[in-house]
Amino acid sequence: MHIDPLEKKWAQIVLAICAFFVVVIMSDALFHSVNAPSNVETINSATLHLSKEFAEDNLGVQVDENGDITVRMVAGRYSFFPKRISVPAETKLTFRWVSIDVLHGVHIPMTNMSTMIVPGFVAEIETSFPKPGDYPVLCNEYCGLGHDHMWSKIDVVEKDQWKAPQATSMGGDEK
Amino acid sequence: MNDITERRLALSHMWVAFIAFILACFMGEYQVLERSGLFEALDSSTVYFASVSTHGVLMAYVLTTFFIMGFGYYTASTSLNVPIWNKQLAWGGFWLALLGVVLAAVPLLMGLASVLYTFYPPIQAHYIFYVGATLLIVGSWVWCGIMIVMFLQWKQANPGKPVPLAMFATTMNALLWLWTSAGVALESLFLILPWAFGWTDTIDVGMARTLFAWTLHPIVYFWLIPAYIAFYTLLPKQAGSYLFSDELARAAFIVLVVFSLPIGFHHLYMDPEQAKGWKLLHSVGTFIVSVPTFMTGFTVIASLEVAGRLRGGKGLFGWIGSLQWTNTMVLSVILSLLMLIFGGFGGIVNASYAMNAMIHNTAWVPGHFHLIFAGTTVIMYFSVAYYLWPILTNKPIFSNNLALVQLWTWFIGMSILSTPWHVLGLLGQPRRISSVVYNNLMTLSWKPYELMMILGGLVMLGSACLFIYVIFKTQFSATEEVFEGEVEYAETYHPVTDLPEYLNDIKIWNKVIAVLMFISFGIPILQFFFLDTYDSSAWGY
Repeated sequence: MHIDPLEKKWAQIVLAICAFFVVVIMSDALFHSVNAPSNVETINSATLHLSKEFAEDNLGVQVDENGDITVRMVAGRYSFFPKRISVPAETKLTFRWVSIDVLHGVHIPMTNMSTMIVPGFVAEIETSFPKPGDYPVLCNEYCGLGHDHMWSKIDVVEKDQWKAPQATSMGGDEK
Repeated sequence: MNDITERRLALSHMWVAFIAFILACFMGEYQVLERSGLFEALDSSTVYFASVSTHGVLMAYVLTTFFIMGFGYYTASTSLNVPIWNKQLAWGGFWLALLGVVLAAVPLLMGLASVLYTFYPPIQAHYIFYVGATLLIVGSWVWCGIMIVMFLQWKQANPGKPVPLAMFATTMNALLWLWTSAGVALESLFLILPWAFGWTDTIDVGMARTLFAWTLHPIVYFWLIPAYIAFYTLLPKQAGSYLFSDELARAAFIVLVVFSLPIGFHHLYMDPEQAKGWKLLHSVGTFIVSVPTFMTGFTVIASLEVAGRLRGGKGLFGWIGSLQWTNTMVLSVILSLLMLIFGGFGGIVNASYAMNAMIHNTAWVPGHFHLIFAGTTVIMYFSVAYYLWPILTNKPIFSNNLALVQLWTWFIGMSILSTPWHVLGLLGQPRRISSVVYNNLMTLSWKPYELMMILGGLVMLGSACLFIYVIFKTQFSATEEVFEGEVEYAETYHPVTDLPEYLNDIKIWNKVIAVLMFISFGIPILQFFFLDTYDSSAWGY
């Protein structure tokens, strides 16, 4: 079998290029925890309203006793609920997305908040928004003829001006 | 050899392919117009999504499958110099696949299957749509079987001899398609059809997506391989050159086929139903499958350089100018490679596990796959047609100049269409929307790019019509002239002397694929039997 020396050289260069990409991706994933939403957590999409976590009162932004912020969102034709939320900039946020009906996807332009929302699963993603502003939250997977109209809003406010929402019934301190 | 049936088979398949293509081109231009919101009369998400669904099915399933079958039959017959094995069966496959297309088309055009060509459950289409799509696949399996039988028969009759490269690649593609379509066939037979017929009430959405991802990546290599076959086996003779390396071409086809299969999870990077370890495994495979494309770029450019220098080109770049730019095959390969370079760059962004989050499901994605598919791949379908039509019809090409204009305009139109499409994705526009109704200032920045896309689409539509015109006139004009030529396959620069058996065999690669598929899809599919999953009921749209 004949391999031209030039081909051999090019093959080595190509393998080096690919190895470089793989090393960068692997080190980001393994050492800096840069990962896609992959929590493989199931939930019954038909009974979300009866679930503890995604009952209507618990949706939106919640701060727990350690000060960690979790944002629980429900996607359903044709919006994301709650339709308007407010979060602090430069702060770690854990988003938990579920669907009440069909397949959806969500992204917030100019940020890396992006995930598919598959019925039957909770999609969890951690991110933080560096810049304050008024961002749209867009559905990016075809979900029906009203798909264009599926969007909501998120206000990212300066960290020191952000006020945690009132604790809800689940949050606990009812007197 | 009297190959009238082979020629009829090739022409019939390719006409179905190109009729589907031209219909879908009109839909494409309508879609950019509708999407821009410029014409109020056009605004209708009902019509838009019916059109997008039909456009996708026609382009991705009908154009490709029928073109590949027609080209494959003729390649098998001419490269092996034997008649097609079992011609009745071949016609049976053709009619079965065509019946599938017609069955699927009815609900699509009536708006009863606006589920897009990816038909993600739990949105449900009319069951006839799924039946039609399944028949199309089953019809294409007939072709796969015939290719494999012909390959094995030839090997048996010619022990120790290398199978001609064109046939080796065609058979590898048949093997690839059998493995590729198995994913969507399993989804269709076990999940979607029983659910669409109403025998089951619910569907496992996570499993359906996983099975579809199995198909979704290698299918693009199924479409691309005919273009590579033209690069390796048809271009060199047309350019007045030699194939740089036969052995490495085989190796490239093998790596393409073997490694395009176990990597489908790069379509599921952003999905919650698969864990990150599997996604990372598939991302490594995705980079491995880029290696044969890099090697192909090298070999094809080397073949072109040899041609340029034989024609008197001097200096580092002088050979480029001395290439035969007026030959449709040479021109289309150059344009195809240019689009492959840019498309490949975008593809590396998509393949990158983390960077993908920036562009996932944005307009970048259709921008990317139009550039690689309608650009790199379909331009080679055109040039194969320009090359084969005179041979198949015994009539000279109607106008070489018009064909050259057509190839250039396709390239220019694609550049105008896909560049703004990529930019829109970076600016955050989702794919698959029929209008922009987000009440946000940011969307104002999208407008100029949408207008550019209308222009790009218009240029491409004109080019597509010109293509149909040229092949139609070639075949059906009354002319005294008789074209007597046959397919001329490339000669190699270095003659193949001792070919190792693994570069001349498909069985060993079939086993390798089986092992790799089990490793990369075994547990991710089996998990749905062990997880407490909740299935979804059917939803309309």
